[in-house]
Amino acid sequence: MLPWGQQLLDMCAALLLLLSFAMLSQRRIVTLVNLYAVQGAVLTAATLLLAWRTGERHLYLSAALTIVLKVTFLPWLLRRLLRRLDIYRDSEPRLNVTGTMLVGLLIVVFAFALAQPITRLASTSTRSAIGIAISVVLLAFLMMITRRKAVAQVVGFLSMENGVFFGAMSASYGMPMVVELGVALDVLIAVLVLGVFFFQIREQFDSLDLHHLESLKEHD
Amino acid sequence: MDLLLLLLLPLLGAAFLAGAGASRRAPEINALFSFGTFAAACALIVHVIRHGDLLLGEQQFFIDPFNVFLVGLTAFVGLTTALFSRPYMRVELAHGRLTPGRLRLYHSMYQLFMFTMLLALTTNNMGLLWVAMEGATLSTVLLVTLYRTPGSLEAGWKYFILCGVGIAQALFGTILLYVAAEKVLGAQGVTALLWTHLDAVKGRLEPKVLALAFVFMLVGYGTKVGLVPLHSWLPDAHAEGPTPISAVLSGLLLNVALYAVVRSKVLVEGSLHSRLPSWLLMGFGLASVVVAALLLWRQRDIKRLFAYSSIEHMGLATFAFGMGGPIANFAALLHMTVHSLTKSSIFFSAGHATQKAGTQVMEHIRGLITLSPTVGWGLMLGSLAIVGVPPFGVFTSEFLILTTAMRVQPWATPILLAALAVAFSAIFSKVQPMVFGESSGRRLPHQPALLPVFVHLAIVLVLGLYIPPYLAHWYRAAAQLIGGR
Repeated sequence: MLPWGQQLLDMCAALLLLLSFAMLSQRRIVTLVNLYAVQGAVLTAATLLLAWRTGERHLYLSAALTIVLKVTFLPWLLRRLLRRLDIYRDSEPRLNVTGTMLVGLLIVVFAFALAQPITRLASTSTRSAIGIAISVVLLAFLMMITRRKAVAQVVGFLSMENGVFFGAMSASYGMPMVVELGVALDVLIAVLVLGVFFFQIREQFDSLDLHHLESLKEHD
Repeated sequence: MDLLLLLLLPLLGAAFLAGAGASRRAPEINALFSFGTFAAACALIVHVIRHGDLLLGEQQFFIDPFNVFLVGLTAFVGLTTALFSRPYMRVELAHGRLTPGRLRLYHSMYQLFMFTMLLALTTNNMGLLWVAMEGATLSTVLLVTLYRTPGSLEAGWKYFILCGVGIAQALFGTILLYVAAEKVLGAQGVTALLWTHLDAVKGRLEPKVLALAFVFMLVGYGTKVGLVPLHSWLPDAHAEGPTPISAVLSGLLLNVALYAVVRSKVLVEGSLHSRLPSWLLMGFGLASVVVAALLLWRQRDIKRLFAYSSIEHMGLATFAFGMGGPIANFAALLHMTVHSLTKSSIFFSAGHATQKAGTQVMEHIRGLITLSPTVGWGLMLGSLAIVGVPPFGVFTSEFLILTTAMRVQPWATPILLAALAVAFSAIFSKVQPMVFGESSGRRLPHQPALLPVFVHLAIVLVLGLYIPPYLAHWYRAAAQLIGGR
């Protein structure tokens, strides 16, 4: 085992966390999609490294799945959607960037606390990254809460899935293949469904701003 | 073989109807596929009665007392809903609310939805269970937005995002479960997510990680059950989607989601040796019952009213599973069955009533009994059954739950009783004028398809008086399996 392999993996984990924060603060939607693609690429690199170090055959397959789906196809689809729908910037988020960042920091602390029992149990060499995986999931969650544009929320959703995937990788070298395939299929269908959905929203409201979607409330 | 047919038929149906779903005969084809699925389910049940539990397909699928009756129930309600939707969707098409293209989407997705639910019920793999649950959300999102009204788009978006986030939490929970299981079952990875294997070694799984896993899975699948405070997608999706979809969402999807929660609870409780999962279930359940009962009063939309009633009843079943023990589990299983049948029958009647009145606002639906006696009686009897009037089956299950609560959780009994009384008066006071009030409307131009309504209510009535031995046996065995206390 090469010593720098571990360090490279740790660097990938750190990059993922950094990318999550970048997404949290990014207002331009096209850049957001690009950041998502980069996140996928880092995830692929981490998966490949891990596959090479542990010799787990199925990790190669899941790396291939990641590169096809999350680095190439989904960003392409999202960019195409953005072009067709003419969206550039998100409107003012519900919480300003500084506030969001501060909440994000607290979330990371909380995530590492949450990860402790899991880290103690896991026997993988990457177990120290579990805290980062939980952070990525929770930061994506925060992003979904604070954004108003539908597309930004979707990128948050996808990034959350990346975090979950990274968690599975660092805690147990990935899930059984049949489950991973199923999850990938679901993500793919989810984005296709959303594509259809965006056009429906657009057709109806002439905008993808979610404040149009806030009229169903309880009557007083 | 039966199992293969059970899963393949709806899948084939989805593929076939994706091509031919816009044709004039599509509703019949849809019903035919549903009938085939139901027949396969019956064959499977007969097989289980003769030969006992099954473990198939390299252990990836299994049938035990807990899921066998749910498979039957799902296939049955799937069939009756397809029969109901046959004339119902034709009228919607005639009213111009739909285009043939959207009808094709509807039929195809309907079958796909049935497939995902049956897959979720029969799979032995906790990972596949997750995949199927997510599939169930995805196949229904576009059905909720079928009418493309602003309200339906909002409901669909809420449904997608809330359930999507929820289900991501459940995936994380599943991963944690896998991490803990791998320790005990070895790293082959193939068996470490199989429920039967996990169940065998649950005592040796690391409790702290499992507790964390359970919280994630409860939040994830609980969102789909509609547990308060994760319920806000449910009334919108029920009110804005087409009525047959409201019926299957309420009658079937909520059950399947609760099934997933209970499956996880069995594993976690076996590992934890503490009552944490039980208390969580009781807390969420009680909150759902109380909040839903209070919100029932404020509803003006007939489908929203019964959607909140679904939250209330799922909360009651969750509470009973939380109490645990043979009688409470038995009651919860019975409650899942009778609620599913009653609620879908109510949505059938309510669908015809709204189609006739041209609105879902209850103030404008009046005098159903004179306009169409069968719709009126269907809605009245269904409402009586759902609020727990004897001798309907809902009364039996609620009675069992309350008496058990009196024994083991006495503090909860007055809260439950008060909530049930509030729900009773809210539903009754709103349904009564709709059925018996004065009306100036004309009689229905089309024949309502109400056979399913009365078949469902008849079964609920029978279950209130007499539970067939096989069913009782399954309930008891499943109650044993679920354990608790």
